[in-house]
Amino acid sequence: MFYRETGQFKTNYTDDMAIFPIRQDRIGIAIILAIALILPFVVSEFVLKTILLPFLALSVAVIGLNILTGYTGLISLGSAGFMGVGAYACYKLTTIFPEVNIIIWIFASGFFAAAVGVFFGLPSLRIKGLYLAVATLAAQFFLQWAFVRIPWLFNYNPSGAIEVPLRTLFGMPITGPTAELEVKYLICLGFVIGMTWLASNLVHGRIGRSWMAVRDMDIAAELMGIKLLNAKLLAFAVSSFFCGVSGALFVFLYLGGAEAGTEFAIRLSFLILFAVIIGGTGSMIGSFFGTAFIVALPTILKFGAPAIGIAITGATAEKIVLMIIGALTIYLLIVEPHGLARLWQIMKQKLRVWPFPY
Amino acid sequence: MMLHVSPTAATTGIAKGEVLLNVENVSLRFGGVKAISDVSFDIVKGEVRAIIGPNGAGKTSMLNCINGFYFPQEGHITYKGVRRQKVRPHEAASSGIARTFQNVALFKGMTTLDNIMTGRTLKMNVGLFWQLLRHGPAMREEIEHRRKVEDIIDFLEIQAIRKIPVGKLPYGLQKRVELGRALAMEPELLLLDEPMAGMNLEEKEDMCRFILDVNQTFGTTIALIEHDMGVVMDLSDRVVVLEYGRKIADGTPDVVKADQKVIDAYLGVAH
Repeated sequence: MFYRETGQFKTNYTDDMAIFPIRQDRIGIAIILAIALILPFVVSEFVLKTILLPFLALSVAVIGLNILTGYTGLISLGSAGFMGVGAYACYKLTTIFPEVNIIIWIFASGFFAAAVGVFFGLPSLRIKGLYLAVATLAAQFFLQWAFVRIPWLFNYNPSGAIEVPLRTLFGMPITGPTAELEVKYLICLGFVIGMTWLASNLVHGRIGRSWMAVRDMDIAAELMGIKLLNAKLLAFAVSSFFCGVSGALFVFLYLGGAEAGTEFAIRLSFLILFAVIIGGTGSMIGSFFGTAFIVALPTILKFGAPAIGIAITGATAEKIVLMIIGALTIYLLIVEPHGLARLWQIMKQKLRVWPFPY
Repeated sequence: MMLHVSPTAATTGIAKGEVLLNVENVSLRFGGVKAISDVSFDIVKGEVRAIIGPNGAGKTSMLNCINGFYFPQEGHITYKGVRRQKVRPHEAASSGIARTFQNVALFKGMTTLDNIMTGRTLKMNVGLFWQLLRHGPAMREEIEHRRKVEDIIDFLEIQAIRKIPVGKLPYGLQKRVELGRALAMEPELLLLDEPMAGMNLEEKEDMCRFILDVNQTFGTTIALIEHDMGVVMDLSDRVVVLEYGRKIADGTPDVVKADQKVIDAYLGVAH
């Protein structure tokens, strides 16, 4: 009844090709953005720290992997490794050139991750599916090894960890121990909005179409004049760029310091892949659903279950989370390969015809 | 029908009636299996050229040689007067060869519109920077090509399914979208691999009309493989007949129809 495009006529192609062609959708997005802006000032510090910040930082990586897996059809298990590249690149850049603003370095660290991603994406021309997953797994292990074994990367810090230095924007601390959580949140939010905008621009244009063409039918794609190697490497580059930025955000704005050997481990790679599958492959909004799911579920179980009187320890909760995520991933792969995003679409479709059944 | 799409615009000096593509003594082997042996024929600019033959005659392999999926071990293919070396499919595409597939090879997750837009890929060249912003040159280019794609959609009468993912469309429409995607490339040579397979009579008639319109309005040269002899004889200017990888007849439909070898190939011979 309220969600209908009736009467909204498109009189030019620009309107018709808009990313949100329906007015109600645009209103919805505006409301979500407004809520996102005031959220840090109303929720507790705990929610901010354990749910919202990791959600924002990780969602960029999930979008990145979705570009690779969901849009181009290439599976990667190296996402956490590429995130690590971003984090270390950002750390090195800001310690070598401390006078340049950290925001620029967070963005620039994506380029380092992109370069590494392209290198490890090279086998994708020859191998597909499971074998490519194994090849990217090699990237994950190699990078993880490099983070631990090359002390130059963490400035020979005896603890082997990155310690995020204090950096400011307009005199306000945004990274380091003294930075306000709200400020970190808003910086993260800015990155998420910006990166999502770029990603959705890309997938709606020529490049996005050539990615999807490679995913759906690579033989026909080649016949349209798409060079498979270029399309796949570009997908790896863009995907790793997103992962790199996400890694930098993750360490600088969320963790505030990290031992990459443990933070950017294979477990995170899998979680990101599960987020893509649960959220919905080939869907921007699905990336957010998936991230929300994997970030919020552990916290809800760990702190929500005791609150309603179910006594479980933290360790048990963590294992239950893994079980739920694993089971749900398998369930969705069988029943709904397009994940939560598809359920969202079905809901919108129902809303369109409501109050009638069809 | 007024169309802004003009496949002939890309013509490089080959006039109507001249040889566009010449296949000379082509042989193709897969290990010990000879798929094509010593086949020669030509395709003349502006004609509808049918390739027929019983199953396993090497028709699709022939198309695959022409658009670069296979490299023949012997023989040459001359296109637009230039003898081709090893050609990759995307190079064949940029030289003006488009094709459709026997089993529909559409991009199933994409809409009709996006599928046909993908056919325009080679003609779009705005780089990554503007694509990221989706403004300025990128948007102008997108709209320019959208206009041409809309012409093709009008031409093929598929306006209603513009925004439906092609995986959800019935088979007949998928075939039509695939033709649209090939047309979007504004090809000079259009290879159609069984465009009417599995269609009912009305769908076949529609498809015939589109093929003839494409040939006559745009002057696109068409090479088609088809099993429906009625369609072949009505549509094509010349027919080449293959059997077990060899050419057994070549000529106008009437000549081919009367050829004893062709009759034997299709009906069998008493031994």
